[in-house]
Amino acid sequence: MTTETTDIRRKLILFGCFLVTAFTLVPVVMMVLVAFQSDAESMAAKPSFWPSSWHPENLTRAFDLVPLGKYLLNTVYFAGGTTIIETVTAALAAYAFARLNFPGRSWLFGIYLATLMIPSQVTLIPQFVLVAKLHGIDTWPGMILPHAFTAIGVFLLRQFFLGIPRDYEEAARLDGANRWQAFVRVIIPLAVPAIATLAVFKFIGQWNNLLWPLVISNSDATRTASVGLQVFQDTNGTQWNLLLMAATVTTIPLIVLFFLTQRWFVRGITMSGLGGR
Amino acid sequence: MAVDTAPAVTAPAPSHQSSNPTPRWRSREALTAWLFILPSLIGFLIFTAGPVVAAGVISLLNWNLFSSPTWAGLHNFARLGPDPTFWSALGNTAYFTLVSVPLTIAVSLALALLLNHGVRRIAIFRSLLLLPYATITVAVAFVWIWLYIPHDGLVNAVLGWFGINGPTWLISDNWAMPALIQMSVWKSFGFGMVVFLAGLQAIPQQLYEAGRVDGTSPWNSFRHITLPMLSPALFFVIVTSVIGSFQVFDQALIMTNGGPGTRTTTLVMYIYRTGFENYDQGYAAAQSLVLFAFIVVITAGQFLFQRRLVHYDN
Repeated sequence: MTTETTDIRRKLILFGCFLVTAFTLVPVVMMVLVAFQSDAESMAAKPSFWPSSWHPENLTRAFDLVPLGKYLLNTVYFAGGTTIIETVTAALAAYAFARLNFPGRSWLFGIYLATLMIPSQVTLIPQFVLVAKLHGIDTWPGMILPHAFTAIGVFLLRQFFLGIPRDYEEAARLDGANRWQAFVRVIIPLAVPAIATLAVFKFIGQWNNLLWPLVISNSDATRTASVGLQVFQDTNGTQWNLLLMAATVTTIPLIVLFFLTQRWFVRGITMSGLGGR
Repeated sequence: MAVDTAPAVTAPAPSHQSSNPTPRWRSREALTAWLFILPSLIGFLIFTAGPVVAAGVISLLNWNLFSSPTWAGLHNFARLGPDPTFWSALGNTAYFTLVSVPLTIAVSLALALLLNHGVRRIAIFRSLLLLPYATITVAVAFVWIWLYIPHDGLVNAVLGWFGINGPTWLISDNWAMPALIQMSVWKSFGFGMVVFLAGLQAIPQQLYEAGRVDGTSPWNSFRHITLPMLSPALFFVIVTSVIGSFQVFDQALIMTNGGPGTRTTTLVMYIYRTGFENYDQGYAAAQSLVLFAFIVVITAGQFLFQRRLVHYDN
C-alpha cells in the first residue's frame, strides 16, 4: 500500500515541478523562438509565438550587424582578467592574513573588511575619475584593474584557509619546505573548491557587469556583450528576431558555464551569499 | 637577499618580549607576509580603499571633470532636499524593494519546499529553476520587453484568456514598476531558493517525526518547526536581497530607461545620470554616499530586529 501511495505522491510532486519549471522557462524559450522568426513575423504588430518558418541565417545576420564575436571575446577578456587577478592576489593575501604574523595584521585586515559593505556605486565615480586621469578610458587596464581587487576574495579565502588544520603545513615545513612551497603544495591543493567557487562567481558577476563597461568602454575595442546588446537596441530599433538572437548568443556561454560549474555555484550561494542580487 | 638582512634590524631588542623567543624568525615571517600581501594590497589601496575615501572628498566639490574642481562644502548634500528627481528615485527604489523582496522570498521559499521532497529525478528541476539566475540581466531584459508588448504581447495574451484586459506595462505610469518587479523576481528567486533548500535539508527529520507522533498538522509543523529552523537562512536572504534591491539598475535602464517620466528611475540610475550624462561628479558622489547611508541604516535595523525573530540553534 505504502509503495503505491508514495509512487502517486512522487508523480504528483514531479508533475508540480514540471509545471513550475515550464512556466519559469517561458522567457528563455521565447528568446530562442523569436530569434529564429522572419523579420516580418517578429516585427508584426501582433507578435507571434511559435515561428511559422525557421530562419537560422538570423545568426549570421546578427553577427553582421554588430561585431558580436568581438564583444564576446572582450567579455571573456574582461571577466577572465578580473577573475584571474583577483583570485591570485586574494589567495596570496588571504594566506598571509590567515597564517603569518606581522605587525599591523589586524588593522590591515580591518580595512579590507570595512570596504566589504560599501556598494560598488560609491567607488564608481572616483574609479572613473582615476581611470580618466591615467588615460585608461577604453583600455584593458582601465576596464580590468579597478574591479580586480575587491575585499570579498581575501575575506572568503582567509576564512577557508583558517579552517585547514595547521598540522598539514607543519609537516611540510618539517620536511624543509619554505612558506611559499607550503602554500603552493599544501594549501592551494586543499583550497581548490573555495578558489573555484570564488573564480566562478567573479567570472559570472563580471560577465553580467553592465555599469562599469558602460562608463569606461566607448568603442568596439573594449565593448562587452552587455553593453553591445544595449548598443544593438539603440542602432537597430526593435528588430526583435536579430536582437533576441544576439541576446541568445551572449547568454548561451554563461548558461553552459553555469551547468558545468553548478556544484561550485550552488556552494558559493549557500556558503557565503556571493551574488546576493 | 633582502630576507637575510631583515633579522638584523630586530635582533638587538629581544629583552622586552621574553614570551617570544624567536624574534629573528618573526621579522623574517613579517617580510614573507608583506611579500604575500603586497600584490593585493597595492591594487586594493589604489582601486578600492582609495576610491572610497575619494568619494567623500569628491562629494564636497563642484566638479564636472573638464574644469578644475572648486570647493562646495556640503552644498551637494543640501541640493538633494529640493531635488524632485532624487525624491522620486528614492521613492521608486523603496517601492521596488518593499514589493520585490517579499515576493522573491515567497517564490524562493515555495519552490524550495517543493524541491525539498526527496524524490528521484528532482535534481534536474533544481538546475532548470536556477537558470534565470544564471542568465545575463541585459539579455533577458530584452525578452521581457518583448513579453510586455502592449495589447498582443505574450503576457497580455495570456491575461486575455482569463478575460483580463492587460495594461500597457512598460509605458504605463502605474504598471511600469510592477512590470520591472515581476521581471526581477523571475531573475533572482534562484538565489533564495538555493539557500532555503540548503537550510531545509539541514533540519533534523526527528523534529518532524516527533510532531507527527503528537498529531501536528502540516501547517503547524511548518509554522513551528520549519520556519523557526529556517529563520537564519531567511534573515540572510532578506538582508542580501534588500541590499541588492537598493542597487537595482540594469533591468530598469534597459526596459524602461527610468520612464515613463521618472516613474522607474532608481537611485543608482540617477547616480549614473548625474555622473555620466550631466557630468556632475560631485553631486553624483554625494548621492552615492546617501545610497550607502540608506543601506547601512536599513541593514543595521534588520540586525536589531533579528534578535527577536531569528532562532539560532545552540
